[in-house]
Amino acid sequence: MFLEVNDVGKSFHDNQSGSFHVFSNIDLSIEQNQFVSILGPSGCGKSTLLSMVAGLESISEGTITLEDSTIKQPGPDRGMVFQEPSLFPWLNVEENVMFPLKNSTSKQEAKERANTFLQMVHLSRFKHHYTHELSGGMQQRVAIARALAMDPKVLLMDEPFGALDEQTRHILHDELMKIWQETQKTILFVTHSIQEAIKLSDRVVVMGTRPGRIIADFNIDVPRPRERDDADVIQLEKDVMGLLEGEINKVLKEELSYEHSD
Amino acid sequence: MNIAIKRLLFIIVLLGIWQGIYVAGLYPNYIVPSPVTVGTTLVEGFVGGDLLRALAASFKHLLIGLSLSIVIGTLLGVILGKSKQADETAGMYLIALQSIPSIVWVPLAILLFGFTETAVIFVVVVGGTFVMALNVRSAIHNVPPQFVRAARTMDTKGLQLFYRVEVPASVPYFIQGVRLAWAFSWRALMAGEFLSNGPGLGYSLSFAQDYARMDQVIGIIIIIGVIGAVVDMLVFSKLETNVMKRWGLLKT
Repeated sequence: MFLEVNDVGKSFHDNQSGSFHVFSNIDLSIEQNQFVSILGPSGCGKSTLLSMVAGLESISEGTITLEDSTIKQPGPDRGMVFQEPSLFPWLNVEENVMFPLKNSTSKQEAKERANTFLQMVHLSRFKHHYTHELSGGMQQRVAIARALAMDPKVLLMDEPFGALDEQTRHILHDELMKIWQETQKTILFVTHSIQEAIKLSDRVVVMGTRPGRIIADFNIDVPRPRERDDADVIQLEKDVMGLLEGEINKVLKEELSYEHSD
Repeated sequence: MNIAIKRLLFIIVLLGIWQGIYVAGLYPNYIVPSPVTVGTTLVEGFVGGDLLRALAASFKHLLIGLSLSIVIGTLLGVILGKSKQADETAGMYLIALQSIPSIVWVPLAILLFGFTETAVIFVVVVGGTFVMALNVRSAIHNVPPQFVRAARTMDTKGLQLFYRVEVPASVPYFIQGVRLAWAFSWRALMAGEFLSNGPGLGYSLSFAQDYARMDQVIGIIIIIGVIGAVVDMLVFSKLETNVMKRWGLLKT
């Protein structure tokens, strides 16, 4: 299998309360070129799991392998797009996209590569702008171009459109679909939006919380482009919502009871 | 009303009150000279070259001292910012040192170096170094963690991570540090020169005091204030605003 999450667990150690398990025994196999979403309520550990695939978080139990090599640290085979703006403000748009290429290619080549991907996200005109001059949606497009520029095998996206307004989000969904079809990348996409997950993915992995675990795995074979009023899409949304409702209530109840006991 | 006109009017009123006190003759002329006398003294000082020479000497001390304190402060700050061990061991003392008024270092400098320019420069260096170090230290502590995470996913680590991400991300705090170091050094410079054997603006001030030249004392105080304000406004404030804007820390 292309990307393999094998019996993986994550726990944090705290001197006061001992160790805290975010999740354990997570198994997940992802095929090449698949678009897979991980969907779950806050606190289920979906972003932590993604960071572990990126190599940014240590793996407490189990192993994660990409094309049979074990992941221990970040590497150029995995590109990541974060929710919070992570472009470098001291570089212009073009230089930001060239950032991951500094070590591997000549400057001229890096420039050409950067421009290819800036064209893909329709931002060639803005290559000499600085990031503070761009809107949130444009910044995320630059971040996508930057992650793609180093030609990763997997694109990891951690709620990349979570901070954007509704309309911008829809535009970026369409763009991401085009990019995915054009580049044939494997994409692992973390989100808490049911609609977003169903609209974009081949497969939606639903996680529950306390303890974090996988509670369902949906294959979405609705033809693209998917419309929101498509009967299959609506049915799927209902199914997932039904599954998640219990989980979200669990989180809410716990948060409320914390407030009373404190 | 235009801001410039408001400020001009304020000064004119102030000069008027001063002139009023002078004309009323409440104090002898050697204690309250007229604004015109002070103005004339200043012009004479510049034309005669005394003030220019003092100014040049002061700027020389400042330039050497401030440069040294920026370099030393940055080195100290980087060590404290990068090494948790160093920070836990020495960080607290840095804050203690920073709180010592710079004039306190003057006797130490004079005993070490005698009544020399080296002593003055030493006081300037001490005046600027600690505030610079504290700012560089917090600059490194305040590098946004998402920059580091993003860079790590792009195969950037170790020394490269430091100079390609942490250093540029620190620039806004670094500039703030330089601005503060300048302000502290400028104060330290005056304290150091005041107790030195010259040359320098501070020395001219103490010389004027010895000869009971109130017109010179007031004139030099005005020069010191004007230089402080002008350098801060024209150089550092502008620099800081530009950098903050570029780094997206300031909404335009």
